Amino acid sequence: MKDLIVKCFNISKSYGNIKALTDINLNIEKGELFGLIGPDGAGKTTLFRIMASLILADSGSAFVDNLDVVKDYKALRRHIGYMPGRFSLYQDLTVEENLIFFAKIFNTSIKENYHLIENIYKHIEPFKNRMAGKLSGGMKQKLALSCALIHKPSVLFLDEPTTGVDPVSRKEFWEILGKLKAQGITIIASTPYMDEANLCDRIALIQHGKILSVETPQKITAAYGKKLYRINAADNFALLTQLRGNPEVASCLLFGGYLHVTFKNDADTSIPNLEITEPSVEDCFIELMTKSND
Amino acid sequence: MISKVIETRNLTKRFGDFTAVDNINLDVFKGEIFGFLGANGAGKTTAMRMLCGLSKPTSGQGFVAGFDIARQQEDVKKHIGYMSQKFSLYEDLKVWENIRLFAGIYRTKNHEIAAKTDSVLAKIGLSSERNALVKKIPLGWKQKLAFSVAVFHNPAIVFLDEPTGGVDPVTRRRFWELIYEAAADGITVFVTTHYMDEAEYCNRVSIMVDGKIEAIDTPQHLRRQFNANNMDEVFRKLARKAERNDNG
Repeated sequence: MKDLIVKCFNISKSYGNIKALTDINLNIEKGELFGLIGPDGAGKTTLFRIMASLILADSGSAFVDNLDVVKDYKALRRHIGYMPGRFSLYQDLTVEENLIFFAKIFNTSIKENYHLIENIYKHIEPFKNRMAGKLSGGMKQKLALSCALIHKPSVLFLDEPTTGVDPVSRKEFWEILGKLKAQGITIIASTPYMDEANLCDRIALIQHGKILSVETPQKITAAYGKKLYRINAADNFALLTQLRGNPEVASCLLFGGYLHVTFKNDADTSIPNLEITEPSVEDCFIELMTKSND
Repeated sequence: MISKVIETRNLTKRFGDFTAVDNINLDVFKGEIFGFLGANGAGKTTAMRMLCGLSKPTSGQGFVAGFDIARQQEDVKKHIGYMSQKFSLYEDLKVWENIRLFAGIYRTKNHEIAAKTDSVLAKIGLSSERNALVKKIPLGWKQKLAFSVAVFHNPAIVFLDEPTGGVDPVTRRRFWELIYEAAADGITVFVTTHYMDEAEYCNRVSIMVDGKIEAIDTPQHLRRQFNANNMDEVFRKLARKAERNDNG
Protein backbone atom coordinates (compact mmCIF):
# COMPACT_ATOMS: atom_id res chain seq x y z
CA MET A 1 0.00 0.00 0.00
CA LYS A 2 1.24 3.42 -0.88
CA ASP A 3 1.91 6.12 1.71
CA LEU A 4 -1.15 8.19 2.49
CA ILE A 5 -0.36 11.86 2.84
CA VAL A 6 -3.90 13.09 3.50
CA LYS A 7 -6.44 11.18 5.57
CA CYS A 8 -9.92 12.44 6.41
CA PHE A 9 -12.19 10.46 8.72
CA ASN A 10 -15.91 11.25 8.93
CA ILE A 11 -15.46 14.98 8.53
CA SER A 12 -18.69 16.96 8.95
CA LYS A 13 -19.21 20.69 9.02
CA SER A 14 -22.31 22.88 9.15
CA TYR A 15 -22.83 26.60 8.93
CA GLY A 16 -25.96 27.27 10.94
CA ASN A 17 -28.49 24.81 9.55
CA ILE A 18 -26.66 24.40 6.25
CA LYS A 19 -24.71 21.16 6.07
CA ALA A 20 -21.56 21.99 4.14
CA LEU A 21 -19.89 18.58 4.55
CA THR A 22 -21.35 15.26 5.66
CA ASP A 23 -19.15 12.34 6.73
CA ILE A 24 -16.29 12.90 4.35
CA ASN A 25 -13.76 10.07 4.19
CA LEU A 26 -10.87 10.65 1.87
CA ASN A 27 -7.38 9.21 1.45
CA ILE A 28 -4.83 10.82 -0.82
CA GLU A 29 -1.58 9.10 -1.69
CA LYS A 30 1.81 10.71 -1.58
CA GLY A 31 2.82 12.12 -4.96
CA GLU A 32 -0.67 12.15 -6.44
CA LEU A 33 -2.18 14.86 -8.59
CA PHE A 34 -5.63 14.71 -7.07
CA GLY A 35 -8.73 16.54 -8.30
CA LEU A 36 -11.71 17.53 -6.17
CA ILE A 37 -14.42 18.05 -8.74
CA GLY A 38 -17.82 19.59 -8.17
CA PRO A 39 -19.98 22.68 -8.66
CA ASP A 40 -20.06 25.84 -6.52
CA GLY A 41 -21.54 25.13 -3.13
CA ALA A 42 -20.51 21.46 -3.16
CA GLY A 43 -18.20 21.94 -0.14
CA LYS A 44 -14.81 22.03 -1.89
CA THR A 45 -13.56 25.19 -0.18
CA THR A 46 -14.78 24.08 3.26
CA LEU A 47 -12.94 20.78 2.91
CA PHE A 48 -9.76 22.55 1.78
CA ARG A 49 -9.93 24.97 4.70
CA ILE A 50 -10.33 22.11 7.16
CA MET A 51 -7.39 20.21 5.63
CA ALA A 52 -5.30 23.40 5.73
CA SER A 53 -6.12 23.93 9.46
CA LEU A 54 -7.90 27.22 8.76
CA ILE A 55 -11.30 26.18 10.13
CA LEU A 56 -12.39 23.41 12.47
CA ALA A 57 -14.64 20.53 11.50
CA ASP A 58 -17.68 19.95 13.72
CA SER A 59 -16.76 16.28 13.92
CA GLY A 60 -14.30 13.81 12.45
CA SER A 61 -10.55 14.09 12.12
CA ALA A 62 -7.99 14.78 9.43
CA PHE A 63 -4.26 14.26 9.06
CA VAL A 64 -1.88 15.77 6.55
CA ASP A 65 1.65 14.39 6.36
CA ASN A 66 0.86 12.50 9.60
CA LEU A 67 0.04 15.72 11.43
CA ASP A 68 -3.34 16.26 13.06
CA VAL A 69 -4.99 19.31 11.51
CA VAL A 70 -6.19 20.43 14.96
CA LYS A 71 -3.49 19.42 17.47
CA ASP A 72 -0.49 19.88 15.22
CA TYR A 73 -1.69 22.87 13.23
CA LYS A 74 1.48 24.92 13.73
CA ALA A 75 3.78 22.21 12.40
CA LEU A 76 1.26 21.33 9.69
CA ARG A 77 1.34 24.81 8.22
CA ARG A 78 5.02 24.42 7.41
CA HIS A 79 4.22 21.30 5.41
CA ILE A 80 1.46 22.66 3.26
CA GLY A 81 1.01 25.30 0.61
CA TYR A 82 -2.46 26.77 0.17
CA MET A 83 -3.76 28.86 -2.68
CA PRO A 84 -7.25 30.15 -1.95
CA GLY A 85 -9.80 30.69 -4.69
CA ARG A 86 -9.81 34.42 -4.19
CA PHE A 87 -6.54 36.29 -4.80
CA SER A 88 -5.20 36.91 -1.32
CA LEU A 89 -1.71 38.30 -1.70
CA TYR A 90 -0.79 41.84 -0.69
CA GLN A 91 -1.98 44.06 -3.55
CA ASP A 92 0.12 47.01 -2.32
CA LEU A 93 3.36 45.05 -2.26
CA THR A 94 5.30 44.38 -5.42
CA VAL A 95 5.56 40.94 -6.98
CA GLU A 96 8.99 40.40 -5.47
CA GLU A 97 8.04 41.81 -2.07
CA ASN A 98 5.15 39.35 -1.82
CA LEU A 99 7.45 36.47 -2.59
CA ILE A 100 10.13 37.66 -0.11
CA PHE A 101 7.44 38.09 2.54
CA PHE A 102 6.16 34.53 2.20
CA ALA A 103 9.69 33.14 2.09
CA LYS A 104 10.63 35.02 5.27
CA ILE A 105 7.65 33.99 7.36
CA PHE A 106 8.68 30.40 6.63
CA ASN A 107 12.33 31.13 7.49
CA THR A 108 13.54 30.48 4.00
CA SER A 109 14.67 32.57 1.03
CA ILE A 110 13.81 32.85 -2.64
CA LYS A 111 17.30 31.62 -3.45
CA GLU A 112 16.98 28.44 -1.42
CA ASN A 113 13.89 27.17 -3.22
CA TYR A 114 14.11 29.01 -6.52
CA HIS A 115 14.35 25.71 -8.41
CA LEU A 116 10.81 24.87 -7.28
CA ILE A 117 9.21 28.03 -8.59
CA GLU A 118 11.52 28.81 -11.51
CA ASN A 119 9.19 27.41 -14.17
CA ILE A 120 6.34 29.55 -12.92
CA TYR A 121 8.09 32.63 -11.57
CA LYS A 122 10.20 33.26 -14.66
CA HIS A 123 7.04 34.36 -16.49
CA ILE A 124 6.39 37.16 -13.98
CA GLU A 125 9.97 37.95 -12.95
CA PRO A 126 10.25 40.68 -15.62
CA PHE A 127 7.46 42.46 -13.69
CA LYS A 128 8.90 41.89 -10.23
CA ASN A 129 8.72 45.59 -9.33
CA ARG A 130 5.04 45.89 -10.27
CA MET A 131 2.38 46.08 -7.53
CA ALA A 132 0.61 42.74 -7.20
CA GLY A 133 -2.74 44.53 -7.48
CA LYS A 134 -1.81 45.73 -10.98
CA LEU A 135 -1.21 42.26 -12.43
CA SER A 136 -3.50 40.54 -14.94
CA GLY A 137 -5.47 37.50 -13.76
CA GLY A 138 -3.04 34.97 -15.18
CA MET A 139 -0.04 36.73 -13.65
CA LYS A 140 -1.71 36.93 -10.23
CA GLN A 141 -2.32 33.23 -10.42
CA LYS A 142 1.35 32.53 -11.14
CA LEU A 143 2.46 34.78 -8.30
CA ALA A 144 0.03 33.14 -5.87
CA LEU A 145 1.31 29.71 -6.89
CA SER A 146 4.93 30.85 -6.45
CA CYS A 147 4.12 32.18 -2.96
CA ALA A 148 2.37 28.93 -2.01
CA LEU A 149 5.44 26.94 -3.09
CA ILE A 150 8.33 29.02 -1.78
CA HIS A 151 8.65 27.11 1.52
CA LYS A 152 8.81 23.77 -0.29
CA PRO A 153 5.57 22.26 1.01
CA SER A 154 4.99 18.52 0.78
CA VAL A 155 1.33 19.06 -0.08
CA LEU A 156 -0.15 21.83 -2.18
CA PHE A 157 -3.85 22.73 -1.86
CA LEU A 158 -5.16 24.72 -4.82
CA ASP A 159 -8.74 25.94 -4.51
CA GLU A 160 -10.24 26.45 -7.99
CA PRO A 161 -7.05 27.72 -9.63
CA THR A 162 -8.61 27.59 -13.11
CA THR A 163 -12.08 29.08 -12.55
CA GLY A 164 -12.86 31.75 -15.14
CA VAL A 165 -9.73 30.87 -17.11
CA ASP A 166 -9.94 30.09 -20.83
CA PRO A 167 -9.45 26.48 -22.01
CA VAL A 168 -5.94 27.00 -23.40
CA SER A 169 -4.62 28.68 -20.24
CA ARG A 170 -6.33 26.03 -18.12
CA LYS A 171 -4.49 23.28 -19.96
CA GLU A 172 -1.19 25.12 -19.51
CA PHE A 173 -1.86 25.47 -15.78
CA TRP A 174 -2.41 21.72 -15.46
CA GLU A 175 0.84 21.12 -17.34
CA ILE A 176 2.61 23.27 -14.72
CA LEU A 177 1.01 21.12 -12.03
CA GLY A 178 2.25 18.00 -13.78
CA LYS A 179 5.82 19.34 -13.59
CA LEU A 180 5.45 20.15 -9.88
CA LYS A 181 4.20 16.65 -9.30
CA ALA A 182 7.34 15.32 -10.96
CA GLN A 183 9.31 17.17 -8.27
CA GLY A 184 7.59 15.06 -5.63
CA ILE A 185 4.92 17.48 -4.42
CA THR A 186 1.47 16.08 -3.77
CA ILE A 187 -1.13 18.33 -5.37
CA ILE A 188 -4.80 18.56 -4.50
CA ALA A 189 -6.72 20.91 -6.76
CA SER A 190 -10.43 21.65 -6.93
CA THR A 191 -12.28 22.58 -10.09
CA PRO A 192 -15.83 23.00 -11.38
CA TYR A 193 -14.68 21.99 -14.91
CA MET A 194 -15.37 18.30 -15.48
CA ASP A 195 -13.08 18.20 -18.52
CA GLU A 196 -10.08 18.71 -16.21
CA ALA A 197 -10.78 15.38 -14.50
CA ASN A 198 -8.78 13.46 -17.08
CA LEU A 199 -5.66 15.47 -16.21
CA CYS A 200 -5.69 14.07 -12.62
CA ASP A 201 -4.36 10.75 -11.32
CA ARG A 202 -7.46 10.29 -9.20
CA ILE A 203 -10.53 12.40 -8.60
CA ALA A 204 -13.24 12.80 -6.00
CA LEU A 205 -16.64 13.88 -7.31
CA ILE A 206 -18.36 16.04 -4.72
CA GLN A 207 -21.90 17.45 -4.56
CA HIS A 208 -24.01 18.83 -1.67
CA GLY A 209 -21.23 18.13 0.85
CA LYS A 210 -20.96 14.45 -0.01
CA ILE A 211 -18.37 12.57 -1.99
CA LEU A 212 -20.09 10.65 -4.76
CA SER A 213 -17.05 8.67 -5.89
CA VAL A 214 -13.25 8.55 -5.53
CA GLU A 215 -11.36 6.80 -8.31
CA THR A 216 -9.14 7.21 -11.33
CA PRO A 217 -11.04 8.97 -14.14
CA GLN A 218 -10.80 5.75 -16.18
CA LYS A 219 -12.43 3.66 -13.46
CA ILE A 220 -15.14 6.25 -12.89
CA THR A 221 -16.17 6.18 -16.53
CA ALA A 222 -15.87 2.38 -16.65
CA ALA A 223 -18.38 2.17 -13.79
CA TYR A 224 -21.07 4.07 -15.72
CA GLY A 225 -24.13 1.92 -15.24
CA LYS A 226 -25.92 2.16 -18.55
CA LYS A 227 -25.41 1.95 -22.28
CA LEU A 228 -24.92 5.49 -23.50
CA TYR A 229 -25.85 6.63 -27.01
CA ARG A 230 -25.23 9.80 -28.91
CA ILE A 231 -27.12 11.43 -31.74
CA ASN A 232 -27.11 14.78 -33.49
CA ALA A 233 -29.22 16.76 -35.91
CA ALA A 234 -29.22 20.14 -37.60
CA ASP A 235 -31.40 21.37 -34.75
CA ASN A 236 -30.34 19.55 -31.60
CA PHE A 237 -32.80 21.45 -29.43
CA ALA A 238 -35.76 20.29 -31.49
CA LEU A 239 -34.40 16.75 -31.37
CA LEU A 240 -33.99 17.03 -27.59
CA THR A 241 -37.64 17.98 -27.17
CA GLN A 242 -38.70 15.17 -29.48
CA LEU A 243 -36.62 12.49 -27.72
CA ARG A 244 -37.81 13.55 -24.27
CA GLY A 245 -41.32 12.75 -25.50
CA ASN A 246 -40.23 9.20 -26.40
CA PRO A 247 -41.44 6.86 -23.63
CA GLU A 248 -38.44 4.55 -24.08
CA VAL A 249 -35.94 7.36 -23.36
CA ALA A 250 -34.68 7.51 -19.76
CA SER A 251 -32.55 10.63 -20.14
CA CYS A 252 -31.56 12.99 -22.92
CA LEU A 253 -29.06 15.80 -22.39
CA LEU A 254 -27.12 18.29 -24.48
CA PHE A 255 -23.45 17.28 -24.77
CA GLY A 256 -21.47 19.54 -27.07
CA GLY A 257 -22.39 18.88 -30.70
CA TYR A 258 -24.43 15.80 -29.69
CA LEU A 259 -27.21 14.69 -27.43
CA HIS A 260 -26.42 11.90 -24.97
CA VAL A 261 -29.29 9.48 -24.57
CA THR A 262 -30.00 6.54 -22.27
CA PHE A 263 -32.97 4.21 -22.47
CA LYS A 264 -35.17 2.60 -19.84
CA ASN A 265 -34.64 -0.81 -21.43
CA ASP A 266 -33.12 -1.57 -24.83
CA ALA A 267 -32.30 1.21 -27.25
CA ASP A 268 -35.13 2.27 -29.51
CA THR A 269 -33.63 1.17 -32.83
CA SER A 270 -36.25 3.06 -34.81
CA ILE A 271 -34.37 6.29 -33.99
CA PRO A 272 -32.07 7.03 -36.95
CA ASN A 273 -28.35 7.87 -36.53
CA LEU A 274 -28.20 6.63 -32.96
CA GLU A 275 -24.69 5.42 -32.12
CA ILE A 276 -23.19 3.99 -28.96
CA THR A 277 -20.64 6.21 -27.22
CA GLU A 278 -18.22 6.20 -24.28
CA PRO A 279 -19.32 8.13 -21.21
CA SER A 280 -17.25 11.06 -20.01
CA VAL A 281 -16.62 11.99 -16.38
CA GLU A 282 -19.41 14.57 -16.79
CA ASP A 283 -21.90 11.83 -17.79
CA CYS A 284 -20.86 9.91 -14.68
CA PHE A 285 -21.19 12.97 -12.47
CA ILE A 286 -24.72 13.53 -13.74
CA GLU A 287 -25.61 9.87 -13.19
CA LEU A 288 -24.19 9.89 -9.65
CA MET A 289 -25.79 13.18 -8.67
CA THR A 290 -29.16 12.09 -10.00
CA LYS A 291 -28.92 8.85 -7.99
CA SER A 292 -27.92 10.67 -4.82
CA ASN A 293 -30.81 13.13 -5.21
CA ASP A 294 -33.35 10.30 -5.51
CA MET B 1 -34.07 39.36 -45.26
CA ILE B 2 -33.33 38.61 -41.62
CA SER B 3 -32.66 41.74 -39.66
CA LYS B 4 -29.33 42.40 -38.02
CA VAL B 5 -29.34 43.02 -34.29
CA ILE B 6 -25.62 43.70 -34.15
CA GLU B 7 -23.60 45.18 -36.96
CA THR B 8 -20.06 46.47 -36.53
CA ARG B 9 -17.62 47.81 -39.08
CA ASN B 10 -13.94 48.15 -38.16
CA LEU B 11 -14.90 48.62 -34.54
CA THR B 12 -11.77 49.55 -32.61
CA LYS B 13 -10.87 50.49 -29.06
CA ARG B 14 -7.45 51.70 -28.02
CA PHE B 15 -6.17 52.43 -24.54
CA GLY B 16 -3.07 54.57 -25.08
CA ASP B 17 -0.93 52.61 -27.53
CA PHE B 18 -2.66 49.34 -26.72
CA THR B 19 -5.31 48.21 -29.22
CA ALA B 20 -7.74 46.12 -27.15
CA VAL B 21 -10.24 45.64 -29.99
CA ASP B 22 -8.80 45.81 -33.46
CA ASN B 23 -11.12 46.48 -36.42
CA ILE B 24 -13.78 43.90 -35.74
CA ASN B 25 -16.61 43.22 -38.16
CA LEU B 26 -19.54 41.38 -36.71
CA ASP B 27 -23.10 40.71 -37.88
CA VAL B 28 -25.51 39.01 -35.51
CA PHE B 29 -29.03 38.22 -36.71
CA LYS B 30 -32.39 38.28 -34.97
CA GLY B 31 -33.14 35.14 -32.95
CA GLU B 32 -29.60 33.86 -33.24
CA ILE B 33 -27.62 32.33 -30.37
CA PHE B 34 -24.20 33.79 -30.93
CA GLY B 35 -21.13 32.55 -29.01
CA PHE B 36 -18.41 35.14 -28.45
CA LEU B 37 -15.26 33.21 -27.63
CA GLY B 38 -11.66 34.13 -26.99
CA ALA B 39 -8.80 33.61 -24.56
CA ASN B 40 -8.50 35.74 -21.42
CA GLY B 41 -7.12 39.08 -22.53
CA ALA B 42 -8.22 38.72 -26.18
CA GLY B 43 -10.51 41.76 -25.93
CA LYS B 44 -13.94 40.18 -25.40
CA THR B 45 -14.89 42.27 -22.38
CA THR B 46 -13.87 45.53 -24.05
CA ALA B 47 -15.87 44.63 -27.17
CA MET B 48 -18.91 43.68 -25.08
CA ARG B 49 -18.73 46.94 -23.13
CA MET B 50 -18.84 48.88 -26.40
CA LEU B 51 -21.77 46.81 -27.69
CA CYS B 52 -23.67 47.48 -24.44
CA GLY B 53 -23.16 51.24 -24.70
CA LEU B 54 -20.78 51.38 -21.74
CA SER B 55 -17.62 52.38 -23.61
CA LYS B 56 -17.15 54.57 -26.67
CA PRO B 57 -15.30 53.17 -29.67
CA THR B 58 -12.02 54.85 -30.64
CA SER B 59 -12.88 54.32 -34.30
CA GLY B 60 -15.15 52.32 -36.52
CA GLN B 61 -18.90 51.90 -36.23
CA GLY B 62 -21.36 49.72 -34.45
CA PHE B 63 -25.14 49.36 -34.30
CA VAL B 64 -27.02 47.35 -31.69
CA ALA B 65 -30.79 46.96 -32.00
CA GLY B 66 -30.59 49.65 -34.67
CA PHE B 67 -28.89 52.25 -32.46
CA ASP B 68 -25.45 53.75 -32.90
CA ILE B 69 -23.20 52.56 -30.04
CA ALA B 70 -21.13 55.76 -30.24
CA ARG B 71 -23.96 58.30 -30.37
CA GLN B 72 -27.07 56.63 -28.98
CA GLN B 73 -25.72 54.84 -25.95
CA GLU B 74 -28.82 55.42 -23.79
CA ASP B 75 -31.08 53.95 -26.48
CA VAL B 76 -28.77 50.96 -26.79
CA LYS B 77 -29.01 50.34 -23.03
CA LYS B 78 -32.82 50.42 -23.10
CA HIS B 79 -33.02 47.76 -25.80
CA ILE B 80 -30.62 45.21 -24.42
CA GLY B 81 -30.56 42.83 -21.48
CA TYR B 82 -27.39 41.92 -19.60
CA MET B 83 -26.44 39.16 -17.23
CA SER B 84 -23.09 38.16 -15.86
CA GLN B 85 -22.17 35.46 -13.40
CA LYS B 86 -20.44 37.97 -11.17
CA PHE B 87 -23.21 40.51 -10.75
CA SER B 88 -26.82 40.40 -11.78
CA LEU B 89 -29.13 40.46 -8.78
CA TYR B 90 -29.32 42.20 -5.42
CA GLU B 91 -28.72 39.52 -2.79
CA ASP B 92 -30.49 41.43 -0.02
CA LEU B 93 -33.67 41.97 -2.01
CA LYS B 94 -36.39 39.36 -2.36
CA VAL B 95 -36.98 37.45 -5.58
CA TRP B 96 -39.99 39.58 -6.57
CA GLU B 97 -38.25 42.79 -5.52
CA ASN B 98 -35.38 42.11 -7.92
CA ILE B 99 -37.86 41.63 -10.77
CA ARG B 100 -39.73 44.80 -9.74
CA LEU B 101 -36.52 46.84 -9.52
CA PHE B 102 -35.02 45.84 -12.85
CA ALA B 103 -38.31 45.95 -14.73
CA GLY B 104 -38.88 49.46 -13.32
CA ILE B 105 -35.43 50.57 -14.41
CA TYR B 106 -36.30 49.41 -17.92
CA ARG B 107 -39.57 51.44 -17.70
CA THR B 108 -41.89 48.45 -17.85
CA LYS B 109 -45.36 49.58 -16.76
CA ASN B 110 -46.47 48.62 -13.25
CA HIS B 111 -49.50 46.55 -14.30
CA GLU B 112 -47.37 44.67 -16.82
CA ILE B 113 -44.76 43.93 -14.17
CA ALA B 114 -47.35 42.52 -11.77
CA ALA B 115 -48.95 40.28 -14.39
CA LYS B 116 -45.71 39.06 -15.92
CA THR B 117 -43.94 38.37 -12.60
CA ASP B 118 -46.36 35.50 -11.91
CA SER B 119 -45.91 33.89 -15.29
CA VAL B 120 -42.13 34.26 -15.28
CA LEU B 121 -41.78 32.76 -11.80
CA ALA B 122 -44.10 29.90 -12.77
CA LYS B 123 -42.08 29.21 -15.91
CA ILE B 124 -38.79 28.86 -14.01
CA GLY B 125 -40.38 26.98 -11.10
CA LEU B 126 -39.77 29.67 -8.49
CA SER B 127 -43.35 30.70 -7.66
CA SER B 128 -42.99 29.46 -4.08
CA GLU B 129 -39.75 31.43 -3.65
CA ARG B 130 -41.30 34.79 -4.55
CA ASN B 131 -40.69 36.19 -1.05
CA ALA B 132 -37.29 34.58 -0.45
CA LEU B 133 -34.20 36.74 -0.22
CA VAL B 134 -32.00 36.12 -3.23
CA LYS B 135 -29.01 35.33 -1.01
CA LYS B 136 -30.96 32.40 0.45
CA ILE B 137 -31.64 30.60 -2.82
CA PRO B 138 -29.24 28.16 -4.55
CA LEU B 139 -26.89 29.37 -7.28
CA GLY B 140 -28.70 27.47 -10.03
CA TRP B 141 -31.97 29.21 -9.15
CA LYS B 142 -30.26 32.60 -9.01
CA GLN B 143 -28.97 32.07 -12.52
CA LYS B 144 -32.39 31.18 -13.88
CA LEU B 145 -33.84 34.21 -12.11
CA ALA B 146 -31.05 36.50 -13.33
CA PHE B 147 -31.70 35.36 -16.89
CA SER B 148 -35.45 35.91 -16.58
CA VAL B 149 -34.81 39.38 -15.16
CA ALA B 150 -32.44 40.18 -18.02
CA VAL B 151 -35.09 39.34 -20.65
CA PHE B 152 -38.14 40.55 -18.68
CA HIS B 153 -38.48 43.76 -20.71
CA ASN B 154 -38.32 41.85 -24.01
CA PRO B 155 -35.00 43.27 -25.19
CA ALA B 156 -33.91 42.83 -28.79
CA ILE B 157 -30.77 41.13 -27.53
CA VAL B 158 -29.46 39.75 -24.26
CA PHE B 159 -25.75 39.72 -23.42
CA LEU B 160 -24.70 36.80 -21.22
CA ASP B 161 -21.19 37.03 -19.80
CA GLU B 162 -20.10 33.57 -18.60
CA PRO B 163 -23.60 32.88 -17.32
CA THR B 164 -23.02 29.25 -16.30
CA GLY B 165 -19.74 29.46 -14.38
CA GLY B 166 -19.57 27.10 -11.43
CA VAL B 167 -22.96 25.41 -11.65
CA ASP B 168 -23.47 21.66 -11.71
CA PRO B 169 -23.73 19.92 -15.09
CA VAL B 170 -27.47 19.36 -14.90
CA THR B 171 -28.27 22.97 -13.97
CA ARG B 172 -25.92 24.18 -16.69
CA ARG B 173 -27.88 22.24 -19.29
CA ARG B 174 -31.24 23.48 -17.96
CA PHE B 175 -29.90 26.99 -18.30
CA TRP B 176 -29.12 26.36 -21.97
CA GLU B 177 -32.66 25.10 -22.47
CA LEU B 178 -33.84 28.51 -21.20
CA ILE B 179 -31.53 30.16 -23.72
CA TYR B 180 -33.01 28.09 -26.55
CA GLU B 181 -36.54 29.00 -25.48
CA ALA B 182 -35.69 32.71 -25.39
CA ALA B 183 -34.13 32.48 -28.86
CA ALA B 184 -37.23 30.68 -30.14
CA ASP B 185 -39.25 33.65 -28.83
CA GLY B 186 -37.15 35.94 -31.04
CA ILE B 187 -34.65 37.24 -28.48
CA THR B 188 -31.13 37.32 -29.84
CA VAL B 189 -28.57 35.81 -27.45
CA PHE B 190 -24.94 36.92 -27.30
CA VAL B 191 -23.00 34.69 -24.93
CA THR B 192 -19.43 34.24 -23.69
CA THR B 193 -18.29 31.00 -22.08
CA HIS B 194 -15.21 29.04 -21.14
CA TYR B 195 -17.07 25.73 -21.53
CA MET B 196 -16.30 24.56 -25.05
CA ASP B 197 -19.24 22.15 -25.12
CA GLU B 198 -21.43 25.24 -24.82
CA ALA B 199 -19.79 26.69 -27.92
CA GLU B 200 -21.38 23.78 -29.80
CA TYR B 201 -24.84 24.86 -28.60
CA CYS B 202 -24.55 28.19 -30.42
CA ASN B 203 -25.90 28.81 -33.93
CA ARG B 204 -22.70 30.67 -34.77
CA VAL B 205 -19.54 31.55 -32.89
CA SER B 206 -16.68 33.95 -33.30
CA ILE B 207 -13.22 33.45 -31.85
CA MET B 208 -11.19 36.50 -30.87
CA VAL B 209 -7.40 36.42 -30.83
CA ASP B 210 -5.30 39.45 -29.89
CA GLY B 211 -8.16 41.91 -30.41
CA LYS B 212 -9.17 40.57 -33.83
CA ILE B 213 -11.91 38.18 -34.86
CA GLU B 214 -9.98 35.26 -36.33
CA ALA B 215 -12.91 33.03 -37.16
CA ILE B 216 -16.68 33.37 -37.40
CA ASP B 217 -19.05 30.64 -38.55
CA THR B 218 -21.30 27.82 -37.42
CA PRO B 219 -19.65 25.24 -35.12
CA GLN B 220 -20.07 22.61 -37.86
CA HIS B 221 -18.26 24.72 -40.46
CA LEU B 222 -15.49 25.68 -38.02
CA ARG B 223 -14.87 22.06 -37.12
CA ARG B 224 -14.57 21.24 -40.81
CA GLN B 225 -12.45 24.30 -41.62
CA PHE B 226 -9.96 23.55 -38.85
CA ASN B 227 -10.12 19.79 -39.29
CA ALA B 228 -11.15 19.36 -35.66
CA ASN B 229 -13.41 16.92 -33.81
CA ASN B 230 -14.97 19.56 -31.60
CA MET B 231 -14.94 23.26 -30.75
CA ASP B 232 -12.36 22.69 -28.02
CA GLU B 233 -9.83 21.69 -30.70
CA VAL B 234 -10.83 24.61 -32.92
CA PHE B 235 -10.33 26.98 -30.00
CA ARG B 236 -6.92 25.52 -29.15
CA LYS B 237 -5.72 25.76 -32.74
CA LEU B 238 -6.65 29.42 -32.94
CA ALA B 239 -5.85 30.61 -29.43
CA ARG B 240 -2.44 28.93 -29.37
CA LYS B 241 -1.10 31.46 -31.85
CA ALA B 242 -2.07 34.37 -29.61
CA GLU B 243 0.87 36.60 -28.88
CA ARG B 244 -0.73 38.45 -26.09
CA ASN B 245 -2.48 36.63 -23.31
CA ASP B 246 -3.43 37.02 -19.74
CA ASN B 247 -0.38 35.15 -18.49
CA GLY B 248 1.97 38.03 -18.83
